[in-house]
Amino acid sequence: MSNTLTIEGVRQPPGDFAIWIFIMAELLVFAIFFAAYAMTRMSHVELFNEFQLQLNRRAALANTLVLITSSYFVVRAVSAISGGKARSCLRWLLAAMGMGGLFICIKSAEFAHHFALGVNLSTNLFYMFYLSLTFFHFMHVILGLVILGAVAYKTRQGHYSAMNHTGVETAAAYWHMVDLVWLILFPLVYVMR
Amino acid sequence: MKYQSQAVAKPYFVAAIVLFVAQITFGLIIGLQYVIGDFLFPEIPFNVARMVHTNTLIVWLLFGFMGAAYYLVPEESETELHSPWLAKLMFWVFLVAAGLTVAGYLLVPYSGLAKLTGNSLLPTMGREFLEQPTITKLGIVVVALAFLFNIGMTVLKGRKTVVNLVLLLGLVGLAVFFLFSFYNPTNVVLDKYFWWWTVHLWVEGVWELILGSILAFVLIKVTGVDREVIEKWLYVIIAMTLITGIIGTGHHFYWIGTPEYWQWLGSIFSALEPIPFFMMAVFAFNMVNKRRRNHPNRVATLWALGTAVMAFLGAGVWGFLHTLAPVNYYTHGTQITAAHGHMAFFGAYVMINLTMISYAMPLLRGRTLANSSRQQTLETWAFWLMTISIVLITLFLTGAGILQTYMQRVSVTPQPFMAVQEQISLFYWLREYTGLVFLLGLTLYIASFFVGRKDPEPAVAN
Repeated sequence: MSNTLTIEGVRQPPGDFAIWIFIMAELLVFAIFFAAYAMTRMSHVELFNEFQLQLNRRAALANTLVLITSSYFVVRAVSAISGGKARSCLRWLLAAMGMGGLFICIKSAEFAHHFALGVNLSTNLFYMFYLSLTFFHFMHVILGLVILGAVAYKTRQGHYSAMNHTGVETAAAYWHMVDLVWLILFPLVYVMR
Repeated sequence: MKYQSQAVAKPYFVAAIVLFVAQITFGLIIGLQYVIGDFLFPEIPFNVARMVHTNTLIVWLLFGFMGAAYYLVPEESETELHSPWLAKLMFWVFLVAAGLTVAGYLLVPYSGLAKLTGNSLLPTMGREFLEQPTITKLGIVVVALAFLFNIGMTVLKGRKTVVNLVLLLGLVGLAVFFLFSFYNPTNVVLDKYFWWWTVHLWVEGVWELILGSILAFVLIKVTGVDREVIEKWLYVIIAMTLITGIIGTGHHFYWIGTPEYWQWLGSIFSALEPIPFFMMAVFAFNMVNKRRRNHPNRVATLWALGTAVMAFLGAGVWGFLHTLAPVNYYTHGTQITAAHGHMAFFGAYVMINLTMISYAMPLLRGRTLANSSRQQTLETWAFWLMTISIVLITLFLTGAGILQTYMQRVSVTPQPFMAVQEQISLFYWLREYTGLVFLLGLTLYIASFFVGRKDPEPAVAN
């Protein structure tokens, strides 16, 4: 395809090559954030352990399952469009977006709980990391939803087919990245002691 | 030149270059005042000359951006500019305002200028880089609004391209964040805090969008690579710019009385600000390697590649050098900052303007594709002389900064500021000599507009 970034002679990952550059850059941002968290925790283990217990691990576990499910739905959407089933693809995309919306609701409730207790970025180092890391990820879920929404709209308009569905794969790749980051964030911030 | 109205860009580019000369002249004056403190005192004291150096820089870059937009938007939109006469009128308003302001700086003591321009009615003066009298600031707002209206209407009635939309987004951001220069809280912490919303969010935020779109435009023209490919790069670059640059503002909030978490957020996000610049460098070289034609304007391509490399070095690498809070604790406000400032401004914003001028000016002056070989050779010399001298100036100031940081702040027997300044004066002399080489480069640059003007255009290679 002429409008896709390609490197000649190299097997391409699914979706648009540009999204992979973006995904790598995003993962680098999160990696540095996680590394900063880990290194700070090393010198404040007790503080981190104490305040980690204040977090709602059930809500976070629920959100983990929600995101994994949404990723599964996105996989189904890609396989549906690969078989030329645009209507089925649209339904799976909407289902994935529904799951993303559920994640937003659960996470918002968590944030509301902490804000009601007066927790903010200055409360302590642990909360500084917890709030900024999870909020940064939260914004990525919203961006992912916007991308899925745009692709769902184009699917409905009949832009994709079995032969041409790079857009769906591109959105799927980004959504999996959002999911992947949470799969690291959840054990790191909520569980690991 | 495809559209008649693109011609309004020409006076903007000419004014930009004239102010560029003023900026460099005053740069040489303050460079000399670093080592000969009473040079030109009391006629032009250091603080005034520095104000002229930085303000003319900002204003000429704005002239350049506006000229670039007036040239680029009609061509991208495939339609004439909405109102060429408004663009011409605003040019004169902006030029007169800039001229009067500089004259005010030089002829009247700053406090007198404040009184003369009625600063007490709406106090906005007295802050670094935003020293302009309130009335000048209002003039800038009027010019910016008229400019945005003109550009916006052109984009609306014509073809909407990614280059156009990113440029427009950058220009709207430029106007919006300038409004913070009118907000002048009494609390010194808040004052500094919001001051950065103009200063940082301009140069490490919306200006990068302007830079990206102009670079994309020139690369489309000189390489002939598919617009879709270039647009995708542009998307990825601006997304990374905004993700890292907005929260990256935090690297200015380390020691001004803001909460401690800014040391974390500022360090993490600003450490990643080199990424979009790195992408830009990869992008530019990639596009030139994939070129589908050899454009006869070789020097414009050279400027475009130079922009990408120097922006990455100056803004990216030299920014990263002192952006982490534990490092900045020692280096804050030393010559390291000056080193970064010089290479970042030159590499990113001076060079992108010169790239655009290099591409557009020959066409605005009646050439069909490019200047003559003799003109391009001169301009290439100018490119290398200016670029190499900025690299050297940056290295000398970095050397000065490292010594300053050590002697003044790290050593077991710290010395006072002025004592240290005297000991590092060798670096300031070297910087001043290199500044003269820069001036030579600038002279050749201006000569390239006139010498060989009548020669024929180089033959098209393919």
